[in-house]
Amino acid sequence: MLTAEDVAVFRGERLIFRDFSFTAPSGGALVLAGPNGSGKSTLLRMLAGLIRPAAGRVLWNGEDALDDLAAHGQRVAYLGHQDAVKPGLTVVENIRFAASVSGRSVTTALAAVGLEALADLPARMLSAGQKRRLALSRLVLSGAPLWLLDEPTLGLDTASIARFGVLLATHRAGGGIVVAATHVPLPLPDATEFRLN
Amino acid sequence: MRIFWAVLSRDLRLSMRHGADTLAALLFFMVTASLFPLAIGPAPDTLGRIAPGIVWVCALLAALLPLDRLFGADLEDGSLDLLMLSGLPPFGIAAAKAMSHWIVTGVPLLLAAGPVAIMLRMPEDGIPALLLGLLLGSPLLSLFGTMGASIVLGARRGGVLLPLLVLPLVTPVLIFGAAAADAAAGGFSPHPHLMLLAAMLAAALPLCPLAAGAGLRGAVE
Repeated sequence: MLTAEDVAVFRGERLIFRDFSFTAPSGGALVLAGPNGSGKSTLLRMLAGLIRPAAGRVLWNGEDALDDLAAHGQRVAYLGHQDAVKPGLTVVENIRFAASVSGRSVTTALAAVGLEALADLPARMLSAGQKRRLALSRLVLSGAPLWLLDEPTLGLDTASIARFGVLLATHRAGGGIVVAATHVPLPLPDATEFRLN
Repeated sequence: MRIFWAVLSRDLRLSMRHGADTLAALLFFMVTASLFPLAIGPAPDTLGRIAPGIVWVCALLAALLPLDRLFGADLEDGSLDLLMLSGLPPFGIAAAKAMSHWIVTGVPLLLAAGPVAIMLRMPEDGIPALLLGLLLGSPLLSLFGTMGASIVLGARRGGVLLPLLVLPLVTPVLIFGAAAADAAAGGFSPHPHLMLLAAMLAAALPLCPLAAGAGLRGAVE
């Protein structure tokens, strides 16, 4: 269970949001909506432990999650704006680091996003959508219970979005939590929606 | 520890793929060192006298070259966020980066330093001390460099700031490294200088990654 209690975040001198609270139970999903610049990405980075909240607490199963950032990092699979794909490496090599951290199989992760046929291709040959799918495969690889997704469907075609919906459903069925920032509808049935302004 | 090796092997693989960038530091070292005989003249006395200094200054400047991209590329494409969330504390990531910088830049410089010193007609007695000094000094350059690179990360014009920040910090390394080789070439014992270098390395090994880790945390914020 992920809980945020009255969190506030500053970026430089600017207050992004304050008194923000929510609870996401195991298997739950939270969708963050709001106009550009409303702090969705900042909130996700805060939940990942990359940005420290100025006030409030983030709790994981009742314990302060941001106490031990290294341990919290292993609970989190973060998908940012950027795909973190190195053009000089092949598709498999790009996710090998994530695989060696979690000890899971690279081939299953690539199959889950439909990239297994391109495994040995240099990543510079991939299209924008394929790079996004490669980044999504890291979520599967991580095995982390908390997925933090920043515009996860950016650049994906309909078939890939449907496949991504299956990944989300499997993750939630296994007790995983999803927090996603988005402008478009996501394949996340009965998700709680939060509006930031 | 497993994650540490994963970060290191990822970095080494990236350096292998970008072979031209990796070789640039080594080539820079050899080319700048060979400019000195052209500028000063090939007289063996003069050249041999200043050879330790030339090798050290060129090695130091060459080691600075790849620092700009040490974290820069990872920050730009979002990989740094993923590294920070890998479960390895930031100082572990910094330590792995420093080690990869040493393997990719320091070791080739160390191997090239001997031939370059001979080319500059350095007295033979001084060469073992020069290489020993570089063996202790090149990890120091990597450690201080990693610290500097993480601190200027995300700053505008960080590439300009970086040498200004790192060069003053590594002057003691340069002084004692060159002094060790000078002493040996002049028939004195290089031991005190080498011991001081070793002491600096012992202090920098735990402290620089800690400072660099704090810089990385600040950069992703």
